[in-house]
Amino acid sequence: MSPAPSSPSRFAPFIAILRREFAGYFRTPLAYVFLAVFNAFAVSLAFFVGGLFESGVASLDRFFLYHPWLWAFLAPAAGARLWAEERRQGTIELLLTWPVTVWQAALGKFLAAWLFLACALLMTIPVAFTVGYLGNDGSNWNIITGPDWGVIVGGYAGSLLCAGACLGIASIASALTRNQVIAFVTGFLACFILVLVGYGVFDELLAGILGSGGVDEIRRLGLWRNLEPFTLGLVDARPIAYFLSVAFAGLGLSTIIVERR
Amino acid sequence: MSLIEVKNLSKSYGPIQAVRDVSFSVDRGEVVGFLGPNGAGKSTTMKMIAGHVRADTGTAAIAGFNVADQSVAAKHHLGYSPEGAPAYGEMTVREFLRFAADLRGLADPAESVRQTLSLCRLEEVAAQTVDTLSKGYRMRVGFAQAVIHDPEVLILDEPTDGLDPNQKFEVRRILKEMAARKAVIISTHILEEIGELCTRVIVIAKGEVRCDESRDKFLARGPDLNAVFRKLTA
Repeated sequence: MSPAPSSPSRFAPFIAILRREFAGYFRTPLAYVFLAVFNAFAVSLAFFVGGLFESGVASLDRFFLYHPWLWAFLAPAAGARLWAEERRQGTIELLLTWPVTVWQAALGKFLAAWLFLACALLMTIPVAFTVGYLGNDGSNWNIITGPDWGVIVGGYAGSLLCAGACLGIASIASALTRNQVIAFVTGFLACFILVLVGYGVFDELLAGILGSGGVDEIRRLGLWRNLEPFTLGLVDARPIAYFLSVAFAGLGLSTIIVERR
Repeated sequence: MSLIEVKNLSKSYGPIQAVRDVSFSVDRGEVVGFLGPNGAGKSTTMKMIAGHVRADTGTAAIAGFNVADQSVAAKHHLGYSPEGAPAYGEMTVREFLRFAADLRGLADPAESVRQTLSLCRLEEVAAQTVDTLSKGYRMRVGFAQAVIHDPEVLILDEPTDGLDPNQKFEVRRILKEMAARKAVIISTHILEEIGELCTRVIVIAKGEVRCDESRDKFLARGPDLNAVFRKLTA
């Protein structure tokens, strides 16, 4: 039998966990249900609720408008299993007695889940091409003269970052319990609050409590408020920093929770 | 240097003192039977040595590496099978062992998996998911992941629990084959296992070591091992 290597790659545990977790999504029918639900809702909301077609504009801002809602629901659904399932099966004891740091395990799990969400997002690319097609006069169609592809790519990047932020929150919820349903509901509620921040009714409610100055500060924390610049083609460091901060704060906190328990 | 060094380990859960001031060391070639009633602190002690539970006080070292400060290095030398042999139920046996081999960064993971499947006689269920296995096979899978890297230190929490006599015989056979090259700790309720498998006995009760002696000395305490056990753990 091969003896333990004297200097195994530092990345071997991380890569093994990343691969196992990513493949794990596709071992159950849940992944396919997830991908179908995400695509059905992403497209339906954009066309039937957002009026993407009726707007007559070759832009995807009405498509991305609903992404914070989708991620608030589906990132916790994908992230609920991260640690809760390990606790339920008892495999956390196995994993944490293998030669891997909690950080490596947490990062591998987190990136696998993010990659899975990226797959869901990539499956909506036909929407972008549809807009590209409709944005031309038909006789002279090509992807260069159609819509602003830079803005569309920016929108996708923003949506992916938004997914990462929701996943960060979901990973905290998953680290706190062995029950995936509780992890999902808790993660969803936390993300839902970040979606509501920035919406009129909720802002008015907060303004009554905190005053208009306080609401402005809190509004900066809303998911849509930070996603919107991407959909308008604006490259700003602040929303990027916001999404990455939430994602990695969630990753860090979940790691600390797992280490302490 | 002993392969397992445990010094003054203590652990409390709230007001309950699960382990108090436990010390011992295990050398290569020793198979230590860890005996004690339920709730005596056996599993907690094993979890602390394996680095899963942090000790309140005291230290544990595997192959000279402190499990708290040099945990990754220590765990490269450790094979640990927790109570109930948990495994990823949705993976096949082969996938699960391959994952364990990849995670440990073994030089030839495919060959390690093949040899471990053969050693633990798991070839016929290699393509089955762990969830579909009988308890006997599941325990063997738990054992297989613990030995896939041929570690110097083996810690097995009730490896024969719930197995039928044939399955117990199989696990003991494999353990005997590899015991001379390793330091092994096995927790068990089955006193007959002491005579068949162990070279040394540690009895723990209420979190304290009540007896730490050679198998022969332990067996000489009396013909009725159950009575000896009751007396030591009272």
